[in-house]
This record gives sequence, C-alpha cells and structure tokens, in this order.
Amino acid sequence: MTSDDELAMRAAAGDAEAFQLLLEGHYDRIFRLAYRFFGNHADAEDLTQDVCLALPKKLKSFAARAQFSTWIYQVVLNACRDQVRSQSSRRTLDEAYGEVNELNKAAERETQAQVKWLYSALDSLNLQLRETAILVLAEDLTHAQAAEVLDIKEKTVSWRMHEIRKQLKVLAESSNGEFA
Amino acid sequence: MSDELDRLKQAFDDDAPPTPDEATRKIVIAAAMRAFVEENLNSGKGSGEPARLKNTKQSVFTLIFWRRAMKLINQHLKPYLLGGASLTLLAIAVLSTQYLQNKIPFDTDKWLSETVEERVAEAPKPGVDARKAEEYRIERSLSHQGVETQSTELAPPIERSAPRKAESVGGRIIREPKRLLEYKIAASGEAAPEQHRADLAGQSSRNTKIPRAQNPYDREPVSELMIDSFADSDAGGAIIERSAQPAPSAPPGTAAAIAGKKDVARATITRNFELNRLPSKAMGRSAAPMSDQAISQTYQDQGRDKFSDMKANATKLVAEDPVSTFSIDVDTASYAFIRASLNNNVLPQRDAVRIEEMINYFPYDYAAPNDKSEPFRTQVSLLPTPWNSATKLMHIGIQGYELPAAATPHANLVFLIDSSGSMNAANKLPLLRNSFKLLLSSLHTDDTIAIVTYAGSAGTVLEPTPVGEKSKIIAALDRLQSGGSTAGAEGIRQAYQLAEQSFDKTGVNRVILATDGDFNVGITDQQELKSFIEHKRESGIFLSVLGFGMGNYNDELMQTLAQNGNGNAAYIDSLSEARKVLVEEAGSTLFTIAKDVKIQVEFNPQTISAYRLIGYETRTLNREDFNNDKIDAGDIGAGHSVTAIYEITPLSSTNKLIDELRYQAAPQKNINKTGEYAFLKLRYKLPNSDTSTVITTPVTSAFESGDAASAPRETQFATAVAAFGQLLRGGRYTGSYTYDDVINLAQNSKGQDPFGYRTEFINLVRLAKSAAGLPPLQR
Repeated sequence: MTSDDELAMRAAAGDAEAFQLLLEGHYDRIFRLAYRFFGNHADAEDLTQDVCLALPKKLKSFAARAQFSTWIYQVVLNACRDQVRSQSSRRTLDEAYGEVNELNKAAERETQAQVKWLYSALDSLNLQLRETAILVLAEDLTHAQAAEVLDIKEKTVSWRMHEIRKQLKVLAESSNGEFA
Repeated sequence: MSDELDRLKQAFDDDAPPTPDEATRKIVIAAAMRAFVEENLNSGKGSGEPARLKNTKQSVFTLIFWRRAMKLINQHLKPYLLGGASLTLLAIAVLSTQYLQNKIPFDTDKWLSETVEERVAEAPKPGVDARKAEEYRIERSLSHQGVETQSTELAPPIERSAPRKAESVGGRIIREPKRLLEYKIAASGEAAPEQHRADLAGQSSRNTKIPRAQNPYDREPVSELMIDSFADSDAGGAIIERSAQPAPSAPPGTAAAIAGKKDVARATITRNFELNRLPSKAMGRSAAPMSDQAISQTYQDQGRDKFSDMKANATKLVAEDPVSTFSIDVDTASYAFIRASLNNNVLPQRDAVRIEEMINYFPYDYAAPNDKSEPFRTQVSLLPTPWNSATKLMHIGIQGYELPAAATPHANLVFLIDSSGSMNAANKLPLLRNSFKLLLSSLHTDDTIAIVTYAGSAGTVLEPTPVGEKSKIIAALDRLQSGGSTAGAEGIRQAYQLAEQSFDKTGVNRVILATDGDFNVGITDQQELKSFIEHKRESGIFLSVLGFGMGNYNDELMQTLAQNGNGNAAYIDSLSEARKVLVEEAGSTLFTIAKDVKIQVEFNPQTISAYRLIGYETRTLNREDFNNDKIDAGDIGAGHSVTAIYEITPLSSTNKLIDELRYQAAPQKNINKTGEYAFLKLRYKLPNSDTSTVITTPVTSAFESGDAASAPRETQFATAVAAFGQLLRGGRYTGSYTYDDVINLAQNSKGQDPFGYRTEFINLVRLAKSAAGLPPLQR
C-alpha cells in the first residue's frame, strides 16, 4: 500500500490532516486531467473545484478497493463525463452571449495551430475515445492501467486507440487539411 | 504506432497543461477542507461520539480565550445575535422588493458591498466593540473593491465570529436576491441601458481572464490560516459543544457550511455574468449527484425487457374452422434478441420467442419472380413432421422481387435517434452510431438523411442532408450524447414532420427509429402512439424500428410501432447484425415492393382434419379482414423472403390430436377436389396503390415429399428453425424432439451459407442446451 492509499484510508476515517495532504498532493493531477478534457483553463478550474468539494463525501466509498491513484482518475473522469453531457445545454447559453464568446475566440486564435488541432481532434472523438486518448497519450498510462481506470478490458483500450487513429484519419481527410 | 496517434501524442506533449493557479488552488483546497469538516460532523451525528478532528495548530491564546469567549457569546449574547440576523433578513427582503418595484438596473458590486455593509453594520450590535466593527466594515468594503488586504486574520476572534455568524445567515439569504438578479438580467436583455451592458461585458471579461482567486470576495475567507477559522479544533470544538445544547439557532455545523456556500453563491453570481456556463452547482448540490454516479456508474437494468404476452396458436379442426388468415411478418427482431440472450448463456423469456421472426431471419433460396409487376412468387412444399409421425408440415415460401441496385428509388430518410440516459451503454448509443454509419455506405449520394434526437426534449440535429456530404452526417452522429428522460412521442412527431418536409413522391420516405423503447415522457400509452402512427401511415411515410440494448428493452412498444407504421422491426445486438440489416438487406429494409400482404389458407376437410399455424401469433387476422383493403398488414421489402409453416393432420392419420365427433355427419365428399390439401390465397397492394391484388395457388399432393430428407433443403432448414423456436417456447407440440435433433436437421440443410447465419444458428442451439433459465443477478 502506498502512502497515498494510507492517507486516503485515514481521510476516509475522518483525519483532516491526511485529507489535506492528499488534496495538496493530487490537486495538480486533477486539474491536469480536467484541462485535457476541456482544453481551457476556466472549465478545468471549475471541474477541479467540483471534484475537490465532492471528495470528502466520495472518500467514504473509497475503502481501498482500488489504488488511490486509479480511484481518483475514475472520480475525475466521472465528473468530466457529467460536465460534457451537460454541455449541450450550455451551448444555448453561449449563443445568448455571443458577444463575449467573440472575445474568447479571439484569444483562441492566438494559440498555436497545433494546440488548436489537438482540441478540435479531441472534440471530434466521442467521450469514450476521448478519455482513453487522454489517459494513454497525455497521462502516459499503459493500456493496462487505463483499462483499470476505465473499468474495461485491456484489449478494449487497444481497440479504442486503433479506433482513434482511424477516426483522426477520417477527420484529416474530410477537413481537407483544415487542421493541418 | 501510426502517424495520427503520434501526432496526437506530440500535440499533448507540446501543449503542457498550464499549472493551476496557486491562489485558486488554495481557495479550492480550503473549501474542500470545509466540506470535509462538514461531512465528518454529519457522519458523527449518528454515532453519539462526534468525530474528533485532528488538532493541527493550537496556540495558547486560542486555548484560553477563544473557548471562553464562545461560551460567553453562546450564553449571553445569543438573543442579540439572532436579532441581528433576522434584521438582516428583513433588510434584504425589503431591499430586494424595492429593486423589483423600481426596476433599477443592478450593479452587482454595488449591491453586494451594500448588503455586506448592511450585514456588518447590524451584526456587531450586541455589545461588541463598535470600533472593531467599524474596522472590520472598512476592511471588508476595501477588500471588496479589490484592494488587497491581509488584515482580516488579525482581527480578534470575537469580533470575527460575530459578523461571520450574521454573514453565514446572510450567505444563505443571498440566494433569494440572486434569483432576482438573474431575472432582471434576463428580462432586461436588449432593453438594458448601454452602460449596464458595458458593465456586464466588462465584468465578464474580467472574470474570464482573471482567475477567481483575485476576486476579493472569495479571497477573504481563505487565508493561510483557513483552518484556523474552520477546521481548527477551536472552531470545530466550539461548534460541537454547541451542538450538545438544545440550540435554538441554526443547526450547528451548518454554520461553516453556509459560510462556505457563500463563496459558491458569489461565484454563482459572477458566473452568471461570465456566461460560459450554467450557474455553478453549489457544493451541496454538486456533491450529491456525483456520489450517486460513482455508485451507479455500472448499473444496468435487468429483467425489465417487455414483451407482449402471447399464446401459441392452438390446433384447429378443419371441420369447424377451415380458414386461417394472417398477415406476413418480415421482422427479425426476435431472433436477434434470442441470440443476444443465448450468447449470455441465458434462455430468452418465452414471449420473446416469435417463431415466424426466427424463421424469417434467414435468407432462403426460393425461386425469384421475374419482374416488378409480379412482386413475388410463392413456393409450397409438404413434408412429414420430424417431431410427429402423425402429421405433415405445409411450408409456404414467398420470395420478393429483388430490385437491381441501379433501380433503387431515391431515399428520403429521417433517423430518429433515442439519446436518452437509458441509451448510455456500449450496446446502445455507440452501436447505434456505428450502425447508421454502415447504412450510409449502402445509400446513393443523392439520398437525403436528416437526424432527429429525443431525450428530455426532441430536437433536429441534422436538417435533410445529401449522403454525399458524408462527413457532415458522420460528425452529427458523433456528436450524439446520451442523457435525460425519453420524450419518444415528441421525437416521432418531429421526425414525421421532417420527412414530410422533404417528401419525395416517387421515392422512399422512411423514418428509422433507433431506441430501446423506453419512452417515459409525453405520450407513453401504446394505444395513443398507435393511433398517431396509423394516422401518419396514410401520408406515405414508412417507419422502421431498430431496437437496441437488453435489460430494459421494450419489445412490445417497438412491435406496436413497426406493425402499425408500415414498417419492419429489427433488433441490433451487434455490429454484424447491423451489417446484415442495413447493408446486406438494405434493399428489403428500405424499399417496400408490396404492402399489406395477407395470407389466407382454406383447408380441404376431405383430406385434412386439423391444422396449426406455427408462429404468427401476433399477426393473426379475422377471416373477413382478408378482402378488406382498409385492414393493415405486413409489408415486404425488395428481395425479402417470408416463410410460414402449418402443421397439418391428414384425415387418414391414426394418431390425431383431436378425436372425431361421434354424432356429427362425416363431410360430404367432393370427388373433384380430393387431390388438394388446401387453397392458398395471397393478397397484396403495390406500394402506391390502395387496392389489392390476389394470387391463388391450390396445394396438391404434387408438392409433397415422401420423407424429410428428400424435401427441399430450404424447407428443411426452416423446419429446424421452427422446431428450435417451439422448443424455446416450451415444446408443447414437439413431443420427444430434442435440441440435438434440431442440430442434426440444421446441419444437413445448412447448404452454402455464405454469411454464416446458419452456422451461427446451430451454435445457438448448442448454447440453448446448457443455458440457464434465469439471468444471474448482476452485482
């Protein structure tokens, strides 16, 4: 058992110090994962806040079933999925404030083409593929580790990676190098 | 690895995520700590022994003075504190109504600072040093205007606790005016004064650029010593102590929580201006659904599949009821569902087994009609029943005309896709997406496709788009996400509307509904849905139903829809099934060559004593319905083949199921017709016609084979499938016939089987031998 697991167990039992140590230790990781998911600072921060605030309650269900690092990935991914699902309703809100969106877009334009491609590409993938890509490529997890986090078979992860490659190819062809 | 993945990886590496904002980080961690304290206080409640928090820092000062001061306040000043709090409540209520009446444009900052001042001015009333209170007030309003102050923590505990208490109550009150605020903004819209708009824009851009940490209002409660005010043993201890007393004030422990919520409430206000998101969930709210999800993430409905009850057709005496009438059924859903079930090593429920759908799942090599004017050809054969030596099987095969690929009409399709929460499973939405992508490949580039989705509400995702713009359609499919309830009826209405919009008189107009059938919003009553669909059928728009998922599959509803909407139903349990339905049999799925196809068989009492129709229980018609063109029946697609099997008992048979009557006269012999077993009539309408045509065939002994092995191969295989279906339904008429006999019969009549469907069937029979009667309980 790593020290993280130990801390998590202590925190689950009500140890505030352990909880703080845990938070300090994992805050950056939560943020990083959320950032990969949304590709922008504000959303990532929001999600990190949500996750941190919900952690005390969620810790009760930790119970050392898994490694803490795996578990926290799952918690964050779940929150991200929720967020992505509610995004369709958010879009209507965006439209109402088109003006301000223009400001955001201007800022976006300044970012590198590569980064732009990255997040357009991620955006075009479905949720499952997106989270798999993030875990494997950005978080550098092995297929086995990613499989554990996603609670699927290792083979499925490999298949999804293959699928991602295929879809990106389609994207590249259909957009006529718009993102190139 | 490929270049695409490498490129993605490279992009990830290049775009190192920014480090999280340090200040925000502190705030969030502090807020989480508060949530933690709250959580553990709550959990301690039931145990009788409150969870003791770890003491991290304890100064002598706090040990000696804080506790006493809190006691003092508790015992003597409580009434005043309460008074102050309720005054604040009153003031805010009055203030907000004023705003409402005068419709004064809001300036949040001003408003907030006012209320803060208000609260602070009231709170310290109960005898606390007025000078300190004044200091506090100034400091607050300074900090509120963005001036950095670090001095809050220097304020002695008593003074701090007093305003804080008022504030916490205030924090809760804030919600009320916040709603007003939103209302105002929403209502003002364009009418709002220019300056107000500018304020808004300014604020929002500020908020997006400047991390929330620099929002002074957030900053205040979170300092280096955040634990000192919330998680510290003193504060915590004090709270716990108070909880022991019958405190008339707000429940202890919530004080911290409410104070915490205040930030969130504030954040909510700012973020409402900040536009990019919905009002952020206050932590209480966000915590609950998220934890639920953690628990229910892998939850799968089980055993909620709905099938309409049906009784197997009974054996009927020819003397009493010589005519059998039924509508053809080209659905294949039942077989696919059975396969999915058996592949999970579970026997399907009886009502899921519709034998005619199992038989019709397989392509049969019947002789095809020569041209379109005669849409199909019938083929009848008789053979001894493998499971009963006393009876014979009368096998009726109908082969539809296959449209040459070039002659397929223009297709105007509307995909109606269920994107409700119940579709969130690997074998539902993702499979559905891929299935539709497959279908694209079997369409012409000028065919049009529109997509309507329905969840809590229905919406058009893609206006009619030519298939040539494949990427656009694929992108629309990929954007589908599941969530929410299912307003199925509304979706159907919109889909029909879209199909009518781009209606093509000469082409095929079809709505393809993909769902698990779990409608729960809007019209959910089957009769109502049925009458709606029937109404739409007359407009010339056909309906196909693709069923997905298991555990919560509503087959009953799907059948109702497909049967009444001039359509067919298929159940997609795998991508290969999707390929079969949407690519290999795209013609029969999409292009109808004849509609309202009915079959009527009149048995000859001079040769047959009893008969039984195998399957088609849900499709039986009244005898008089046959000639009534108003009565709806099944449709047949291009290249479809339909098979029906009767088990007949010859008059000469010695081992009859129903004995002859002693007191009735024996039937009159008609010398001319003794060579005939039955008279087969088939009625159909061409797709655009309202009047029907009839084809008749006398069934004579010329069609008969002496033993099963010499019967046509296709007939033998259909017999094997029929036997399997009956065994799955309990084997009421099959005697001692076993699964092994089915396997033998199917093996011998497998033929070429280019797609492997028949081999798969044999494997299913093998699986059925060992399958369990009930699914094991998941989790």
